[in-house]
Amino acid sequence: MQYEAVIGLEVHAQLLTCSKIFCSCSTQFGSEPNTQVCPVCLGMPGVLPVLNKKAVEFTIKTGLAMNCKIAPYSRFARKNYFYPDLPKGYQISQYELPLCEDGYLEITVDGEERKIRIKRIHLEEDAGKNIHDASGYSFVDFNRTGVPLMEIVSEPDIRSPKEAALYMKKLRTILRYLGVCDGNLEQGSLRCDANVSVRPIGSTEFGVKTEIKNINSFRFVEKALEYEIQRQIKAIKNGEQIVQETRLWDAQAGKTFSMRSKEEAHDYRYFPEPDLVPIVIYSDWIEKIKESMPELPDFKIKKFINQYGLPPYDAEILTEEKNIAEWFEEAVKLGGKPKEVANWIMVELLRLINEDGKDIAECTLKPSQLVELIKLIENGTINRNIGKEIFEEMYKTGKAPESIVKEKGLTQISDDSVIIGAIKEVISKNPKEVERFKNGEEKLIGFFVGQVMKITKGKANPKLVNEFVIKILKEE
Amino acid sequence: MEFHKLTVVELAKLIHRREVMPHEVIIDIFKRIQEVEPKVKAYITLSIDKAYDMAREAENTIFSGKNKLLTGIPIAVKDNICTKGIPTTCASKILYNFYPPYESTVTSKLLAQKYILPGKTNMDEFAMGSSTENSAFQITRNPWDLERVPGGSSGGSAAAVAADECIAALGSDTGGSIRQPASFCGVVGLKPTYGRVSRFGLVAFASSLDQIGPITKCVTDAALLMNVIAGHDSMDSTSAPIEPTDFTEYLGHDVKGLKIGIPKEYFIEGIDKEVEERIQEAIKKLEDLGCIPIEISLPHTEYAVATYYIVATSEASSNLARYDGVKYGLRAPGKDLLEMYMKTRSKGFGAEVKRRIMLGTYCLSAGYYDAYYKKALQVRTLIKNDFEKAFEKVDFIITPTAPSPAFKIGEKIDDPLQMYLSDIFTISINLAGVPAISIPCGFSEKGLPIGLQIIGKPFDEARILQLSYAYEQSTPWHKMKPTL
Repeated sequence: MQYEAVIGLEVHAQLLTCSKIFCSCSTQFGSEPNTQVCPVCLGMPGVLPVLNKKAVEFTIKTGLAMNCKIAPYSRFARKNYFYPDLPKGYQISQYELPLCEDGYLEITVDGEERKIRIKRIHLEEDAGKNIHDASGYSFVDFNRTGVPLMEIVSEPDIRSPKEAALYMKKLRTILRYLGVCDGNLEQGSLRCDANVSVRPIGSTEFGVKTEIKNINSFRFVEKALEYEIQRQIKAIKNGEQIVQETRLWDAQAGKTFSMRSKEEAHDYRYFPEPDLVPIVIYSDWIEKIKESMPELPDFKIKKFINQYGLPPYDAEILTEEKNIAEWFEEAVKLGGKPKEVANWIMVELLRLINEDGKDIAECTLKPSQLVELIKLIENGTINRNIGKEIFEEMYKTGKAPESIVKEKGLTQISDDSVIIGAIKEVISKNPKEVERFKNGEEKLIGFFVGQVMKITKGKANPKLVNEFVIKILKEE
Repeated sequence: MEFHKLTVVELAKLIHRREVMPHEVIIDIFKRIQEVEPKVKAYITLSIDKAYDMAREAENTIFSGKNKLLTGIPIAVKDNICTKGIPTTCASKILYNFYPPYESTVTSKLLAQKYILPGKTNMDEFAMGSSTENSAFQITRNPWDLERVPGGSSGGSAAAVAADECIAALGSDTGGSIRQPASFCGVVGLKPTYGRVSRFGLVAFASSLDQIGPITKCVTDAALLMNVIAGHDSMDSTSAPIEPTDFTEYLGHDVKGLKIGIPKEYFIEGIDKEVEERIQEAIKKLEDLGCIPIEISLPHTEYAVATYYIVATSEASSNLARYDGVKYGLRAPGKDLLEMYMKTRSKGFGAEVKRRIMLGTYCLSAGYYDAYYKKALQVRTLIKNDFEKAFEKVDFIITPTAPSPAFKIGEKIDDPLQMYLSDIFTISINLAGVPAISIPCGFSEKGLPIGLQIIGKPFDEARILQLSYAYEQSTPWHKMKPTL
């Protein structure tokens, strides 16, 4: 029997607000333990939460980007459980009446459009971190406590690990476009739990699901799901029952392990949070948020293909990050030919910034400089290879291309007599190769061109060199 | 001079005229405390050094001419209201060593007035109780009869005011915890409308019911304290965003023609005969003043106690989860985390608190939520609607504050249900979120004070105070003092 997987993802995204969700403490990552805390996020007796409006705005923004209905009336709830990293003994979350419901995301799987429905997006507070010392003591760092967290829950519409990975990537891209989350799985600003079950193909009923936690890298989304699906299929084929449980992904072992069964599952005793009044969201606020939203990746891809005439592949790469897409559009606006600009970005710029692990926004190289460089190549001042050299120099120093050309004397040699002189020198130094050429080894043209470029230090106009080499060799 | 006997109005006048200096006042207060505190045991913590510092600051303010209404006035604070650097224990072992690093909004407002804090008053642990016997530290005695309870949970504050161990006090009221002890101790206690006074810094018992309010020697003092502590607070999302009111505005105004509702459900069998008589006399007195009594019905009254004990305990079970031994307060070490949790909470909480945590946990549990918590919220709405309907016909509702005068220490402590019923007349008011006051309306044959409850419309405290003042000024009760 053939089986198919049924997958739903619960994604937690830390919001990029400056301050925490219910107090004014900083949300900065990586500070000394317990330096970003106050009585409110420490849940001391008698303190009260005050909602950060920005966190609500970011959630609504995300909801709109994912085609959700925005609730006119929403409410927080308490999720009760004991854990040292949870200072109040409950997490302020949402249960009934989340901020956003009933949306969807579109992904392209092997050229086919797939719609993954979003069940709900709600807002909650993050917990702290337990640190277990080698000495046997445990410590708690509350810096993360109260950082706003958005939970995005999909319907069980995902059918393969690959789809899951594509969904996650799409989600991350959108969150980064909106500027609401930096999408870093390794640092935990984006976290993914997966609900997985399998069933015979053609069946409409769901199998018993397991929940996979601790998937903390993009690589592992596919790996963990792949493992879990195979584990379940194998179990069913062996006549075993799948147990509803929470399983932990162990990246080192490449396996999932049982963490707790349904019977051991917490009863969270959700009830409406009495310390916060319900959130009323007026349509004019939603309109205002809509107006502040950037063009999203799907829109940009279409625009890059239709308006700029880029191939779909280029369009996809250039739209993966909002900053790159905007960099591209800026260069095009300044007069760069779209395909030419795209090539420079994809071949040179992305390579350089990846090597440095930089964001394009931190880059000293500006779109206007690339446009100037392209012009210098087009009008024959420099050749393309010199162009690459200059590009790297501009990337490093931020200098204007023309001043690099002048400083380094890189102006292209287009003077016929200089080029011919160089060709003659090469011919006289390489009589053997001339002989072989005459005997029909035409591919040696490349050798002669290369030698000419070498003695002209790469500055000769390659088109002219090519022309003259053939002409002179034939005349010999 | 015996400054401790004075009211806020009287003392503020003297201070304003510079006839007395705050340090003289506080010396006198501590002298009084020294005399009677061994009998009454109203305070958990006396902040003596701090009080003298505060008196000095008050004096500096007076010398610079910037003194305010409560400058130099000793006001006791219930021990569930956070005071920075001064122990705030909630009368619980679990917080025996807790020094808040922050100030509650109400005490911040008092500090801005340069008040003097003589100390923190005893209470039922986490405000759970009606007699102050649930304090983990001591039993407070009723100044009118030391064999009897002062009521609760703000029993320390009420006893301290009645025994002249302070000039006024703050209490908190979740189901009657200001009004019932005020009634038992023969003083004035006002529970404001929910949202009127900031809860920031009030250690939560039941968040949707808790309110801070004044306990005072006379109605005018309650109005004056309200003028300082009321108002919107950006630190409390549930505080009402409304303009400040002058709560003394209607004091002395005529009460002729005001309609007072008498709910038939409150004059039931089981109510103490003397209490009923005093209330009837009070109604007669109000009639004499020109008020028009109208019989009304609050049909869902019989469900109030059940509803209250579901809503309040559910919220409490969650609010008290933070006392786990991890961050502050008591920690009883265990071999692992779970054992530490269990030992800490077993040792740290008293019987009544445990009882309520268990009850609330049960009510919120999967499978029971709909039958208990959700149902209770629905009934709460019905109770609220009862009051709304009643207030279409009348301006105030008059009831006894408690079904009996102060009972004996130990009399009800082993019978939680009997204890819960002593709040039967006050509980609905918290569920409805409306304001209510308890004022003295006479004594039992044994010389125990009896309280009259006046319930008003939401945010109509100024009118409640108007009617209370009219009644108070035509009766001698507020001038009576216990002999200690």
